[in-house]
Amino acid sequence: MYADLLQYIFSGLTTGSIYALIALGFCVVSNTMGIVNFVQVDFVTLGGMFLFSALFVLNLPVVPALVLAIILVSLVAMIIERFGLRPATTQNHMILVFLTVGLSTIVRGAIKMIWGTNRMAVPPLTPDVPVQILGASVLPQALWIFALTLVAIAGLTWFFYGTSLGLSMRAVAANPVAAAVVGIPTGRIRLTSYAIAGALGGLAGILVTPITTLSYDVGVLLGLKGFAAAILGGFGSFPGAIIGGLGLGLLETLSAGYISSAYKDVVAFIVLLVVLCTRPKGLLGK
Amino acid sequence: MTRQQKLFYFLSLHRTGLLVLCVSIGLLLFPLVENNPYTLGLTNLVAINALVVLGLNLFIGYAGQISLGHAAFFGLGAYGSAIATTTFHCSPWLAMILVAVCVALLALLIGIPLLRLSGHYLAMATLGLNYVVHNILLQWDEVTGGPSGFAGIPALTLGNFSLDTPIRRHYLLWCFVIITMLFCLNLVRSSAGRSLAALAGDELAAASLGVNIQVSKVKIFVLSAILASLAGSLFAHTFGYISPDTFNIFASVQFSIMVVIGGMGSIWGSLFGAGFLTLLPQWMDVFDTYKDFIHGGILVLVLMFLPQGLISGLTDKLRIYLALRRRNAAT
Repeated sequence: MYADLLQYIFSGLTTGSIYALIALGFCVVSNTMGIVNFVQVDFVTLGGMFLFSALFVLNLPVVPALVLAIILVSLVAMIIERFGLRPATTQNHMILVFLTVGLSTIVRGAIKMIWGTNRMAVPPLTPDVPVQILGASVLPQALWIFALTLVAIAGLTWFFYGTSLGLSMRAVAANPVAAAVVGIPTGRIRLTSYAIAGALGGLAGILVTPITTLSYDVGVLLGLKGFAAAILGGFGSFPGAIIGGLGLGLLETLSAGYISSAYKDVVAFIVLLVVLCTRPKGLLGK
Repeated sequence: MTRQQKLFYFLSLHRTGLLVLCVSIGLLLFPLVENNPYTLGLTNLVAINALVVLGLNLFIGYAGQISLGHAAFFGLGAYGSAIATTTFHCSPWLAMILVAVCVALLALLIGIPLLRLSGHYLAMATLGLNYVVHNILLQWDEVTGGPSGFAGIPALTLGNFSLDTPIRRHYLLWCFVIITMLFCLNLVRSSAGRSLAALAGDELAAASLGVNIQVSKVKIFVLSAILASLAGSLFAHTFGYISPDTFNIFASVQFSIMVVIGGMGSIWGSLFGAGFLTLLPQWMDVFDTYKDFIHGGILVLVLMFLPQGLISGLTDKLRIYLALRRRNAAT
């Protein structure tokens, strides 16, 4: 009984960390541009795909492959911002959101052409020997997920609070007009926010694909959950994204364990709707 | 006024009515030119999508809200009609009305708390609603038939006259579309329509002018849900077979894209958007490998350079061109 609960909590925290990473990516872009960036979904897939190619086509060892994959996803994200969103003639957020839906279709088409539509298996970062922690057995990949999520959060905190580029990004998030008035270059800020979103999405994809399998649309459902997590925590708030992600992950595994595995997503989304009805701006939203 | 001026004045005064008349005559004669059942099946699908998009455009385009969940109401309409007529042997027309009433009540119940949300939160909430409905349709297989779908839904009849061929359905479905269009065209010119437009512009300003924001939003949400439910019922009776994947979140996103491509707040644009995006995949069979590129590419290019939508964008460009030409001719 107690061991079961612990097991559910560990697996909830594992998926929750992935959702939190994706949710952070949504928040970074939302803070600088005010839109939901649906291409985030494909950054997750791309992370897995690049890792797969780096490991099996370039035959790189794990760590360089991981770093290469994250850098490549960031590059793709920057290209998408520069050539896909920057030329848009409108400032209407709804139109821009649908523009990202269109871009996401194109990226998914490209993924399909390059890697095909077959399901692929990505090996975990270290061999799969379960570790016993407090009576629950945990896969090493889950520990990697916890560790790298923490590293990513620490890195983000350092970037936003320790560098001047991060300071200007916070300025844009707080007040875009005032930021432009004091001469902060909007274009560079938007490009950076996309690069960070790409890196976070790519990292999520790299970490999750050994647990799921890799296919051209693996990111869609994960990305949707990441969006839900960001909304649950309060869209644009970083602590909110982390709390929302972990909360959603726990909610899913606990309802799968104690209520019904067929309806686990239904339970999670109904809780989300109930939270939104009582707190229309999410848990930590202003 | 000269005779010519009078004629032009008459034409511009009655442009909407005359355009509706022209389109109706065109649709009346369409089966004479085109009687290929496959093509008629496609145009019938356009009609069904147009019904959903017309309602959705009132909500997204006029009221300025966002919904990524209208496929849920579309699906509830379709499954409601299917279950009522097949499992409970209810008369199709009665079932259609009963289901629409139930969907309207559901939309009212959900709309009251959800429409307090705005922007991204509303997008997520409607997306979540759609996800929940789709999952229930998929998992509750004793009632809905689960992933394998629901077959054997009877065709609609008028008295003893069965609407079972594509040509007969063509007239039925387009009748619905024309009536709905007339209704929408009138609605947006009424005080209710004007208050929606005011609310889309600025909620605070609209409220200070005496528009009851919350009630207006819920009303238009319920209306669009009813239209989606009717379209769903017609879909079930037209094709005789439904499966949950027709009503997933991608279908909802597709409906919203139809609104945006056609032009937000343009009733004629809705018709065009529904037609364009329903027929596009058929034209693209030739370039199967590049399908996603072309589909996404068209969407991206339209939204980038004609953000008001294809119809409104092109007419605006034409108007600007004509105005510039007039000015140049005057000087």
